[in-house]
Amino acid sequence: MAVEKKIRELQEKRSKILLGGGVQAIEKQKAMGKRTARERIMALLDKNSFNEYDLFVEHDARDFDMENKSLPSDGVIIGSGTIYGAPVAVFAQDFTVAGGSLGLMHSRKITKIMDHALKMRMPLIGINDSGGARIQEGVNSLAGYGEIFFRNTISSGVIPQISVILGPCAGGAVYSPALTDFVFVVDNISKMFITGPEVIKTVLGEEISMEELGGARVHSEVTGNAHFFAKSEDECFGQIKRLISFIPRNNSLRAKVSETHEPLNEYHLDKIVPDDPTLPYDVRDVIMAIVDKSDFFEIMEHYARNIVIGFGRMGGRTTGFVANQPLEMAGVLDVDSSDKAARFIRYCDAFNIPIITLVDLPGYLPGIDQEHAGVIRHGAKVLYAYSEATVPKLTVILRKAYGGGYIAMSSRHLRADFVFAWPTAEIAVMGPEGAANIIFRKEIMSSDDPDKTRKQKVEEYKAKFANPYVAASRGYIDAVIEPSETRRFLLHAMQVSENKTVTLPDKKHGLPPF
Amino acid sequence: MKQTTDKDKRLGILNINSTDYKTRLSTRFLNRKPYQPSDPGTILSFIPGTIVDILVKRGQKVKKGDDLIILEAMKMQNRLKCPADGTIKKIGVKKGDKVAKGSVLIELK
Repeated sequence: MAVEKKIRELQEKRSKILLGGGVQAIEKQKAMGKRTARERIMALLDKNSFNEYDLFVEHDARDFDMENKSLPSDGVIIGSGTIYGAPVAVFAQDFTVAGGSLGLMHSRKITKIMDHALKMRMPLIGINDSGGARIQEGVNSLAGYGEIFFRNTISSGVIPQISVILGPCAGGAVYSPALTDFVFVVDNISKMFITGPEVIKTVLGEEISMEELGGARVHSEVTGNAHFFAKSEDECFGQIKRLISFIPRNNSLRAKVSETHEPLNEYHLDKIVPDDPTLPYDVRDVIMAIVDKSDFFEIMEHYARNIVIGFGRMGGRTTGFVANQPLEMAGVLDVDSSDKAARFIRYCDAFNIPIITLVDLPGYLPGIDQEHAGVIRHGAKVLYAYSEATVPKLTVILRKAYGGGYIAMSSRHLRADFVFAWPTAEIAVMGPEGAANIIFRKEIMSSDDPDKTRKQKVEEYKAKFANPYVAASRGYIDAVIEPSETRRFLLHAMQVSENKTVTLPDKKHGLPPF
Repeated sequence: MKQTTDKDKRLGILNINSTDYKTRLSTRFLNRKPYQPSDPGTILSFIPGTIVDILVKRGQKVKKGDDLIILEAMKMQNRLKCPADGTIKKIGVKKGDKVAKGSVLIELK
């Protein structure tokens, strides 16, 4: 009897706390189109897989009447469960409890699950929905954030860290997502900024809405802070699960290998890329023609669209794709696209994911704004990331590869393991027009018919250099292949690179240009 | 053949090294600001804020290092100093004005 009574007591205690901030607060949360923190965890994890910890944790604050306030679970839920059978650690801030504000015990719960995730070498997923620091707890709140940021940094590159922004995430709190690998946002729900619209208005007199300042679209299209944009929480959870299916559990493992599936028949590699290097096409069609099942999971789809990054599978193995996108800004490298590509290359390298690079670019974007925005140091990130990466690096030059862009895009010189080129490839210092104008400047200027001479010289240059054979004659390219042979060559190269071993000089860490 | 890009066919021209590329142009590229060379005779607000005080008058002779304007921003009162000897040609703001970053405050002659 006594045991039954104690069990009943536990059940009562639990069910009270499980209500979070209470019925009214939950209604308010739902009215905003948001799920409760627990519902979110349940929607994300495998059915009945969630085990919650620290349910009974309470705050110990004594100032500003806090001693009379009870905050169930101190406004955050922690625990672990599985996604497609693979374990993950989770925390979810509960906005219905004191606005999800972060106090000392709240932060201790988060750091506890972070330590756990790192020790057990499993992914950490953090669901952010918080008004910020719990001001009544003063410097203890700040200490809490600091402890979280430290763990984000130390865990970086060891376990996958995923941030899901499902509500406000403002002030110092934004730095935890910024330190993690992937940030997910949902339209009209996510809000991220360092200083909100009110402060901006009082201090600077500038007016802007929360949505325009730091809504989901802004972070997906303008700032590059978010990697995945969804229209609803459900779509967002689907994206997270999909991501988890592609990546390994930690940096000492490889991603799970799936069955091999051929790409769909509707993509014909011979027909996607126009011969004329000035005409656009969608490079995602090329990726789709190469990857298993034509299944490509794009990352940062709406930001710096002149470069495409994402995951696909080659012979069942997760592969990172980096591809210039001629459809957008002619596929140039610029400040934003360099940053986007470099970070992804480093992600793949940290988590043992081979990289396939598809090259078709006219070079770096010229312009005063680009130079003044630091395209030198941002562009250098791409060189750094490729050079440093020791995972298998396979490169296919589809069409143009000019100048610095050729070198940067996983060239042989940065230690690509395999470089293939299509017969349409043009590997040269610059495009034929620009080159002819410089090399034959005197002839063109002194000609009776400069236009005619220029055209002639452009053709001469094209015939001589606008092809893959000059580079092939030096061994900078391993094979010139027909577009339809691409998958076969890449699959074999993947197989050959499976046990790739390279040794780099010992160092504490390098100094990438950031 | 399947096309993933039928939603938006607006293509522009991007010229790189004398070659015209047919491609979509990004908002960031289209909205880039034309370069303005800096003019030492123009005093601009380096931060958005409020004009707390104007310490000079039009036509007044000023020396390098003189205080011209007090601009309050981020709870700091910034004294904007005169960059060179000259005369105040124009004052573009008045006391209490809220100014954006890069607004013309004073022109020197």
